[in-house]
Amino acid sequence: MQTEPLIAASGLALGYGAGPPVVTDVGFELHPGERLALLGPNGGGKTTILRALLGQLPARAGSLHVGVSCGSVPQTERSRLDYPVSALEVAAMGALSRLPWWKRPGREAREQARRALARVGLEEFGETTFGQLSGGQRQRVLIARALVQDALVLLMDEPFTGLDRPAAERLEVLIADLAAEGHGIVMATHDLEQARRWDSVLCVNRRQIAVGPPAQALDLPVLEATYGGAIVELPGGGGRAVLPAQHHHH
Amino acid sequence: MFEPLTEPFMQRAIVEMTLLALAGGALGCWVVLYELSYAAESLAHSLFPGLVIAAIAGIPLLLGATPAVVLAALAIAVASRLPGVGRDVGVAVVVTTMFGLGVLLALSPDSPPGVEALLFGDILGPSDGDIAAAAALVLLVAVALPLLHGRLLATGFDRDAARALGLSPAFADAALLVLLAAATVVAVQGLGNLLVVAVFVGPAATARNLTDRIGPMIAVAAAVAVLAGLAGLYLSYYAGTAGGASVALAIVALYLLSLPLGLRGTDGGRLSPAGGYDH
Repeated sequence: MQTEPLIAASGLALGYGAGPPVVTDVGFELHPGERLALLGPNGGGKTTILRALLGQLPARAGSLHVGVSCGSVPQTERSRLDYPVSALEVAAMGALSRLPWWKRPGREAREQARRALARVGLEEFGETTFGQLSGGQRQRVLIARALVQDALVLLMDEPFTGLDRPAAERLEVLIADLAAEGHGIVMATHDLEQARRWDSVLCVNRRQIAVGPPAQALDLPVLEATYGGAIVELPGGGGRAVLPAQHHHH
Repeated sequence: MFEPLTEPFMQRAIVEMTLLALAGGALGCWVVLYELSYAAESLAHSLFPGLVIAAIAGIPLLLGATPAVVLAALAIAVASRLPGVGRDVGVAVVVTTMFGLGVLLALSPDSPPGVEALLFGDILGPSDGDIAAAAALVLLVAVALPLLHGRLLATGFDRDAARALGLSPAFADAALLVLLAAATVVAVQGLGNLLVVAVFVGPAATARNLTDRIGPMIAVAAAVAVLAGLAGLYLSYYAGTAGGASVALAIVALYLLSLPLGLRGTDGGRLSPAGGYDH
């Protein structure tokens, strides 16, 4: 049974200020419980799409319907690791999105933050300083913040960057569980093999190249159009991978 | 020990200093966390011509300092947006221009004696108006900081994420700068144009060394500022040194003392470098 989409985009073009469009022709739907991997080179428009989904960029052309609240789960190195704040306080920040400017997260928000930390497996780390947590734990705290925000869609920007294998596996299980509970997940990533395990992929390189289930969408012409020459065959039949590129956000 | 407390001028100085310390210590935590120390110093220097004009005209210093701060803020905003001029350069140009203008005025024949008090402050001789202004500042900070706490905390942690939560980083910045400007205008009369920044930056930096949460940091910073203020006033009383400079030195001394006790950057402390284990 096809459900009402959480997000629907059609013919979408996005850009900053008076500059040329960063990405064009974007059209996709995200349904409850769906995990969508957003693939593309640096500068290809992934982060721009995430910003539009957060309501920070208007559509230059086409339409974008976001019917639910979206929670941002950024890369944790963009947060200040020397900041005097606990994991619980970071999670409770999610409540600020629905509070008037003069209110701070109160007891109810802190209780919700505790539950969210427990949901991501960090109930014992509420009082730990955010910067003291490992990369995987920090990423899960930011997911908890999005849960406190009551976000039905989580927008994740390369959440697996820098994680070791156990942390990455734990995070992937958590994301799958959240999807099973009905959350929609959009994840910008460079990891082709991981994207193949997700429900759908959206490939962009200044324009939309393909969208759909990975088995159908991720063929060689699509990958070449998405990444150009940056695709390599892994030895021993290990599939294809994207050459690591410098971090660069648009 | 209690002798200075029997002197009426010291009683007034202690009241004034304690009020400025409470406001400066608490507000200073956000100044340090938002990396606005240079802005704090710039604001203080920029209002110097306003102080001199007020002294020449014989009007309350507050009335001269306030328009000077507003003018400096506008000039910095304009200079920062000129093509090829960055924020740092814009601030530096405006601050040196304003401070130079103040010095020219201070050295003019019309300038009354005692202009050096504008540079170095007169914490030992506060007027009733100075004390009332300091009390009003404490009230303003005590009301505004709790109201702004959630926004300030989230914005300082990650500006982009704060924006994604629907918050306005520009609002947090503006609110903080307005509070800082108000505090500078009031505190500069007691602590002087050159030394006032010490009460905003020093106690907060000390508290940052000793705490790893914003709530305790604010409490410790306020306590450190009050302690340094008292120590500076006592030093001034017994050693005959300048009041504002003695307070500034006491603030620096407490900061240096806090370094070996610091939690930050030590393996044994609770704030060891990031990168724990996944559980």
